[in-house]
Amino acid sequence: MSRSFRNLKRPVNREAMFTLFGLPVLIALFSLVQTAHAQQAQPWKQIPIPPLHPFHPEQPKRIELKNGLVILLEEDHELPFINGSITMRGGSRDEAANKAGLVDLYGDTWRTSGTSSKDGDALDDLLEAKAAKVETGGDVDSTALSWSCLTKDEDQVFGIAVDLLKHPAFKDDKLMLAKQQAAAGIVRRNDDASAIAAREAAKLVYGPDSPYTREPELATIKAVTLDDLKQWHDKTIVPNNMIIAVEGDFDSATMEKALRDAFESLSRGTPWPKPSGEFPGPKPGTYIVDKTDVNQSNVSIVGMGTLRNNPDYFALSVMNEIFSGGFSSRLFQDVRTKQGLAYAVGGGYGADYDHPGMFRVGAGTKSATTVKAAQAMLAEIGDLKTKPFTDEELKRAKDQVLNSFIFKYDTKEKILAAAARLEFYGYPSDFLEKQRDGIERVTTADLERVAKKYIDTSKLAVLVVGNQQEFGTPLTEIGMGAPHPIDITIPGAPQQGPGAPGGEGEQ
Amino acid sequence: MALLCGLTLAAQAQDLASFEKRITTKVLPNGMTLIVCERPEAPVFSYFTIVDAGDANDPSGQSGIAHMFEHLAFKGTKDIGTTDYASEKIALDKVEQTYAAYDEEFRKRVGRDPEKLKTLHAAFEQAQADAQKYVIPNQFTEIAEANGAAGLNAQTGLDYTQYYWSMPSNRLQLWAYMESDRIENPVPREFYKERDVVMEERRMRTDSNPIGRMVEQFLATAYVAHPYHRPGVGWMSELSQISATEADAFHKKYYVPSNIVIAVVGDVKADEAMPMLEKYFGQIPTGPKPEAMSTVEPPQIAEKSVTLKEQSQPFYLEGYHKPDYRDPDDAVYDAIQDIFSNGRTSRLYRSLVRDQQIAAAAAGFGGFPGDKYPGLFAFYAVPNPGHTPEEMRTAIHKEIDKLKTADVTDDELAMFKTRSRADLLRGLGDNQGLAEQLASYQLQYGDWRELFNQLKKIDAVSKADVRRVANKTFVETNRTYAMVQFQPPSGAGAQQPQGGAQ
Repeated sequence: MSRSFRNLKRPVNREAMFTLFGLPVLIALFSLVQTAHAQQAQPWKQIPIPPLHPFHPEQPKRIELKNGLVILLEEDHELPFINGSITMRGGSRDEAANKAGLVDLYGDTWRTSGTSSKDGDALDDLLEAKAAKVETGGDVDSTALSWSCLTKDEDQVFGIAVDLLKHPAFKDDKLMLAKQQAAAGIVRRNDDASAIAAREAAKLVYGPDSPYTREPELATIKAVTLDDLKQWHDKTIVPNNMIIAVEGDFDSATMEKALRDAFESLSRGTPWPKPSGEFPGPKPGTYIVDKTDVNQSNVSIVGMGTLRNNPDYFALSVMNEIFSGGFSSRLFQDVRTKQGLAYAVGGGYGADYDHPGMFRVGAGTKSATTVKAAQAMLAEIGDLKTKPFTDEELKRAKDQVLNSFIFKYDTKEKILAAAARLEFYGYPSDFLEKQRDGIERVTTADLERVAKKYIDTSKLAVLVVGNQQEFGTPLTEIGMGAPHPIDITIPGAPQQGPGAPGGEGEQ
Repeated sequence: MALLCGLTLAAQAQDLASFEKRITTKVLPNGMTLIVCERPEAPVFSYFTIVDAGDANDPSGQSGIAHMFEHLAFKGTKDIGTTDYASEKIALDKVEQTYAAYDEEFRKRVGRDPEKLKTLHAAFEQAQADAQKYVIPNQFTEIAEANGAAGLNAQTGLDYTQYYWSMPSNRLQLWAYMESDRIENPVPREFYKERDVVMEERRMRTDSNPIGRMVEQFLATAYVAHPYHRPGVGWMSELSQISATEADAFHKKYYVPSNIVIAVVGDVKADEAMPMLEKYFGQIPTGPKPEAMSTVEPPQIAEKSVTLKEQSQPFYLEGYHKPDYRDPDDAVYDAIQDIFSNGRTSRLYRSLVRDQQIAAAAAGFGGFPGDKYPGLFAFYAVPNPGHTPEEMRTAIHKEIDKLKTADVTDDELAMFKTRSRADLLRGLGDNQGLAEQLASYQLQYGDWRELFNQLKKIDAVSKADVRRVANKTFVETNRTYAMVQFQPPSGAGAQQPQGGAQ
């Protein structure tokens, strides 16, 4: 579940300095040298750092209705806007395998179809004229309905959101349209090498048929019916599976009343089951997706990660900072700065809220240095167990995390989003404070212990998406056996690109 | 104020008058402009530095150098990132001497001596190894990050170069020291390894990406004279031969204080912060403002096109030359962009995506690849399976013709104006976004207030304006288009047994 309340206008067409897997790579904490040399001045050390102004942001007001619905309210009167979201448990990991894509189609069709009294196109006209939004969407573990508007339009826009929740229309033409767009995405999914790498890396870790990695296919989206969407709606729109979070320019008592009036009458339903599943991790070895139209390889090294409620999470997150955080991390220093092998390099030991995350380290390197980059990354991973963590590395990692910790809650939107996330996953509401305290307590002995416990190079797989003819050095040199080719053919996709009758399967 | 009428303003008014009270602007004696905006919501601040130079300013034969310099700005200064700058300087000079000798031999068209080249390269490698001994790698970013910097990054476009991060507000002075030091005293350490990194960036964004390849060819086709015809990251041949000496010359010319605006937004008090900022940024030596560019793209006289046969799915893109952002009709182009592209009410969505169902997405937008100089107004469409780029072209032209022959509706125009106002307001509640807006408007218009005043221009856009501008701009001889057509990979049988739709 991740919701952003605000879309800032961001300029496009620029060269960002560094990103990996679409996310900015943050945080860095390792130094090779850093002994003060007598002859070199260090003026920054003389700059005073006064105490930070006290900051005690108010936590959202939490209300639990009798029917189990949880409401979180965060007033913010800086701007005349109100932003709200209603999040339901249940997402694409819960859909049937032979209907993979159902939740995405549901998320699209719900809003575009509109309500029983007002069709989706009419809603578009009405809302856009007010610069307002009511949107729906699906995610891996949730679906959501959100609204955003100027304060003066709240009553009307919130009314539309409630109407959409209680009286959705689910129309055939809008489902067809959503299928068209889904089909376009499916046939294009092999056009971008980094997207292939992300997808196939996850499949290696969780298994190709895992609810976390299986892909919508032309056949599975074709199988989704209007009835499926309606059933999904009825199954998930249950107050004890819902969290409402509202932020902005309102009075909490008034907002609470509006929400009670709208939702108190809903009757309690079956609680959504907790996620389960087996997570054995990848089958060790080297895997190759051959792509002849690239001159750079996406090299990933993958394994199983952990959960955030693991008591070792705090130590692991500090280990992560030292290993792969950012500019000064061991990985960045070696692969990018020292060897110049990659622009994008990063990753780390992942931790999710309610299922194990993924350990993934990756780099994009020219074809000829594919093996070299893989070896460099494997060596850095191996070093976690053999190269002692220094006090200096630990201090830098803690400084980095703790000094920037305020950016987890420096705006009302972030405070509310964090609270909603913890509520959704059933984590204690003071988890952020626990995290800070936990990180403060981590020692180098902890780092050594968790590295030994969780890092196992014999349980890793190497995935290369690249142009095999250009590698020069064979992938067997990585030392993990003959590479296993991965077939990424898209079942049922047109063989000749446009012009071939590929679209009719979705009609 | 009146500009924002029609909106119910929250307790703390978010109009020009309220910002006048919270913003302090100062032009330092060396020419640099500083903006401080007080927004004490939390004890943090964000800054945005914008340099009025980008890859459009790259000298001939050095495409990519503005971006290359941006990477260099993270490599430290005379104080930061070195164990002994005096000795390092001597070693770095040696690197440049040995590189120049190698490069001279390397570029020889006649009589290049392979043995000599090898020796010169070995000397260059040795000089780099000698210089490396003084380097504390990534110390600059390490200090920033250990002090809580978040969102630390930089971007180089064809028009501008920008640097930014956010920090706890008790680090304001530390930031001022670091930012002023790297503007004044960047050191080209580890330059040639960083050049390798940037070459990987090019491979990632352009060479190994079908849309990246298409955009590069499209711009090279659309522009004949103006530097917008070059990719910002640089042509591989030129990028791979840029030297630190050249990067240093670029810095000397373009990173003069009068070419830079810096905005700081957050938990700062102008009366306390400004004297401190002046102390750090005021010590940067002044220099002449770089001369303005002489090249003006000549009028296009015939339609141009480029077609790429790729083993990826089809795509269509077309563009028409338009004036730069200072043009009186700039807001009219914004209106066309909004009416054509913004959300499910937009004309291209409704026509190509919803009704004809030939495209998965379609949009039109101005200022591509930049807007400091006359850029393009571009349209693109992503064909659905079974549909061709040619169909996209026909459908887009039908919509353009409608714009030229019939007025847009009152509702469409009103929607554009309402959304523009709301977008502006929404952007005011974020330190980093606000710092970017203030610095950018100050640089582009000489006054950050233009951020608010633009609403007057937006409100003045009429139906007749839209028709007039569409008729003036969207004509065949002013058009360039690019298509990606699907072609199965050669030797697909051996490489990709079932590779039809790869």
